[in-house]
Amino acid sequence: MVQAILFLPLLGALIAGLFGTKAFQNLGRDQDVYADHHDTHAGDHAHDDHHGHYDGQAWPMYLTTGLLCIGAIFSWIIFWGFLHEGHDSRIELLNWITSGTLKAPWAIRLDALTAVMLVVVNTVSALVHVYSLGYMSHDEHQPRFFAYLSLFTFAMLMLVTSDNLIQMFFGWEGVGLASYLLIGFWYTRESANAAAIKAFVVNRVGDLGFALGIFGVYAVFGSVEFETIFMHAPDVVGKTMHFLGYDWDTITILCLLLFMGAMGKSAQFLLHTWLPDAMEGPTPVSALIHAATMVTAGVFLVARMSPLFELSPDARSVVIIVGGITAFFAATVGLVQNDIKRVIAYSTCSQLGYMFVAMGVGAYGVGIFHLFTHAFFKALLFLGAGSVIHAMSGEQDMRKMGGLAPHIRITWAMMLIGTFALTGVGIPGIGGFAGFHSKDAIIEAAFAYGSSPATFAFFLLVIAAFCTSFYSWRLAFMTFNGNTNADAKTVSHIHESPPVMLIPLYVLAAGAVVAGFLFQHWFIGEGQAEFWGKALARNEILTKMEEVPALVKWAATIAMLAGLALAYVFYIRDKTLPKRIAEMNHPAYQFLLNKWYFDELYNFLFVRPAFWLGRLFWKQGDGAIIDGLGPDGVAASVGGITAQVVRLQTGYVYHYAFVMLIGLAAIISWFSFGGAH
Amino acid sequence: MIPLFQQIGAAAALPEIVLAILAMILLMEGVFSKSITPGAIRVAAIAAFIVVAGMIVWKSGTGTVTAFGGAFVADPFARFMKVLALLGSAIALAMSGRFLARTKMDSNEYPVLIMLATVGMLIMISANDLITLYMGLEMQSLALYVVAAINRDSAKSSEAGLKYFILGSLSSGMLLYGASLVYGLTGHTGFTDIGTALAVSGSNLGIIFGIVFIIAGLAFKVSAVPFHMWTPDVYEGAPSPVTAFFAAAPKIAAIALFCRVMVGPFSAISHDWQQIVVFVSIASMVLGAFAAIGQTNIKRLLAYSSIANMGFALVGLAAGSVEGIQGVIVYMLIYLVTTLGVFACVIAMRRKGVYVENISDLSGLARNNKGHAFVLAMLMFSLTGIPPLAGFFGKYFVFLAAIHSGLFALAVIGVLASVVGAYYYLRIIKIMYFDAPAEAFDQTDTEVNWVIYAAGAFALLFAIFAQPLLQLAAGAAASLY
Repeated sequence: MVQAILFLPLLGALIAGLFGTKAFQNLGRDQDVYADHHDTHAGDHAHDDHHGHYDGQAWPMYLTTGLLCIGAIFSWIIFWGFLHEGHDSRIELLNWITSGTLKAPWAIRLDALTAVMLVVVNTVSALVHVYSLGYMSHDEHQPRFFAYLSLFTFAMLMLVTSDNLIQMFFGWEGVGLASYLLIGFWYTRESANAAAIKAFVVNRVGDLGFALGIFGVYAVFGSVEFETIFMHAPDVVGKTMHFLGYDWDTITILCLLLFMGAMGKSAQFLLHTWLPDAMEGPTPVSALIHAATMVTAGVFLVARMSPLFELSPDARSVVIIVGGITAFFAATVGLVQNDIKRVIAYSTCSQLGYMFVAMGVGAYGVGIFHLFTHAFFKALLFLGAGSVIHAMSGEQDMRKMGGLAPHIRITWAMMLIGTFALTGVGIPGIGGFAGFHSKDAIIEAAFAYGSSPATFAFFLLVIAAFCTSFYSWRLAFMTFNGNTNADAKTVSHIHESPPVMLIPLYVLAAGAVVAGFLFQHWFIGEGQAEFWGKALARNEILTKMEEVPALVKWAATIAMLAGLALAYVFYIRDKTLPKRIAEMNHPAYQFLLNKWYFDELYNFLFVRPAFWLGRLFWKQGDGAIIDGLGPDGVAASVGGITAQVVRLQTGYVYHYAFVMLIGLAAIISWFSFGGAH
Repeated sequence: MIPLFQQIGAAAALPEIVLAILAMILLMEGVFSKSITPGAIRVAAIAAFIVVAGMIVWKSGTGTVTAFGGAFVADPFARFMKVLALLGSAIALAMSGRFLARTKMDSNEYPVLIMLATVGMLIMISANDLITLYMGLEMQSLALYVVAAINRDSAKSSEAGLKYFILGSLSSGMLLYGASLVYGLTGHTGFTDIGTALAVSGSNLGIIFGIVFIIAGLAFKVSAVPFHMWTPDVYEGAPSPVTAFFAAAPKIAAIALFCRVMVGPFSAISHDWQQIVVFVSIASMVLGAFAAIGQTNIKRLLAYSSIANMGFALVGLAAGSVEGIQGVIVYMLIYLVTTLGVFACVIAMRRKGVYVENISDLSGLARNNKGHAFVLAMLMFSLTGIPPLAGFFGKYFVFLAAIHSGLFALAVIGVLASVVGAYYYLRIIKIMYFDAPAEAFDQTDTEVNWVIYAAGAFALLFAIFAQPLLQLAAGAAASLY
């Protein structure tokens, strides 16, 4: 069954990608391809354009969607098994890499953590596939889109089922590739290409760390298999390792390098810049890859390596600080963004920060729980936003929306549920929406851990919770309440999405409501030790969480209510207030609006020097020196030499005889006088 | 007769004798029989080549046999090269038929002249005495002079024949002068005796003068720089099938003779002749590569290409080792087939009944004749030395031998020259595949088509069946030492 889950998406991707698209149809017919290109350029896409036209076959879409749905059902069956009587297993598929002492079999590691991830990935992926049937129905490249989606799903499943680091790296790069392809799906749009490249390049920075981490692990443990690593990890505690001129604690440096990979993939502070830009991709992609699944791969990595992280409090302090700053930073930026998708993107970034704080304080189960619930409500918010954009004929700027609630009631309701879940609506001690259970647990864990980085993170998280509430409600109010700011043509065109897009919303909304209290027992409650088994490292943090003061338990809820109240004042009661405050605090507003100027800073620090260096190597190094003295220079002189040589061939016999005799004389002279003898 | 034959051990020379007699018979038939046509003589000549090649392969043993008091030797090296030469002659003759008929040059003498030239080549290959050497060389050359000018009505062809004759006489003179010097200083004409004498006396300036002059004569035959000047003019002036013949069999014989003279009698002073061969080799590779770039006529281009190819073959000889000679043999085998294939493509260049020979006539061939374009492209890649095509292995073995003998500079220059040479080979591919198509060529003759595809298959598949050929070549090379 696991094999089926793993390979059905690949099968779908291959069939749809190779035979559903024009990849083979146009083979050898170059003129058709050019004609096709011409059309694409002529019909340049607008933002999430819905005016395209698709007249190809429909089977590739239904095939991939159907296979994914089967996979999702199988995933729930496996997950259900773990809820009741979990037993870890390992299924070896093939002997993948054997080189000297390096052994990397291709195996499926099936434990509670994998089961959770299978459910998250396959459920969201299946729903996104279904949703895309409606959302992308006008796009002329649908088969390619679905093939990419399925390819992504396969890579993500490879990642979460991996049994060793190399296998994980394979999946890791696979999702990176799929992400690149999907961000740049509308490849005629320059901004989409730029965003795709940015995502790829920024991830490369993290991946360098990840790769070094894998090398380091292999150097230290002589193996890349999780079992071996975890078994021998306690032996190297306290030992040091030489790296970049310093002697580091072995476990700490390995964890930090691996975490660098996680930071890139999960868009953590300093490596976060690609995620907002990734919103250039179609909205279902944002929901699947850049909210629910791929970006959580970093969290998954830390959870998977938790036995290693558990041995290095220093590394975990770094994780806590980075997570806390990310949660706070992204939430503040989210306050002032006007693009509906960017708000949710920063929200994702922020929530990932929460998860990392949970990982850092050792509350691995809590972090994964938040990953699990977050997948539901964040996918819901994205797909809801997609539905809004769909209704607004591709408009993404919230300032041009407003008053949509009466027109698209179902979408509105779904977005409200998502907002409730994200902001964590609930009553401590009783229960609430999904986010309430998981997010508040993280805040409590941060406080309970007690170290100074954790306490620092605790305050950041509470502020972030306030900001989260504020921007979520701001989004809801700006979009759905008040009077409309759209032009008449758009307003007349506003329509509720078709059922095929709404059904995924219902399912996700159900998850956003109940996933919290339904699964709390197994993820972080009494049943957690039994549920997780050996999948996660264990410690005392969960018992400590029980003893936090009441104020801490209420902190998140208070922050949430405060944010709601403020948003209500700003965007319902007195709509001029935000503008006045923004004018009063102009520098601060600009600072947030420009995302703390990270893009500008990176542009100055890295991009431009890199371009300068690249241009230097290209123009001077390669062009002037290598080409100039090498190929180009030689090629230029060849012409001259050839002309000379050809001129020798005069056609006169006496010239020919003369050349022969000269040659003879030269050789004779060489032997007579040249000292060769 | 028979006892006399046995006494001088003429059995070793039986193939040559048979071929010579058959040539005479065909000549007489052509003169006296009214009913016989040039076509019939050609077929008979081809059959004679095949029969003689069969005799060499199956009927003349495996060891080394000498005849005529040691003046003639039949060893594995000679047998291998003779089969190559016969093959080259047979194929060149087969391709010439309809060409000569179309251009009204067909005559009874042409196949006979080719046969006589081939007899000369076989004698050259087996020469083990300065006298035999000269006899074989002149026999081949005299026939070739006539063949070059076979198109008597064309000024170009006559000029080519005349030039070849004059310069060839000059080179013969040099060769004779060198031979007389060697004879005068050692007192012997037999290769074995010269070798023994030189092993005792060692090298001196007189002997070196002799060697230099002999090499000048031999280098003229393989058209190595600076004795190459005749090549482009003769290649261009002679009719295409004649050029194909010139480029194939005589080169095999000349290189074989070159190898035998160098590693036979002069092995004791190999240090001296190596320097000359290295110089000649480098000059040929470089000049061949550069001069070919400036050509517009495909036959002139191929002339320079064959100059460069002889340079590469001489790299193996310069190495002066068994491995080097093996490299030369393999190189010549590949050169023979590739060259015949390329010339077959040139012979196929006929538009509205007129044979054309400009490189630009090939433009867009890929659209009109996919098969020929593909084969020609493969042959060009092979000549460039792109693996896994045949040409790569030829170059690989000679360069490897040069490196094992410590001739690093030679190998490096050779590789660089082949980079320059790649330009004009690739340019032909570019013209065939990317230029606007010219008018299509006429229907290709069957036998020419066969040669084209056989050569293409050889170039493509050499890597697969190379092993037995390499072993044969190794055995042949070892027999020289």
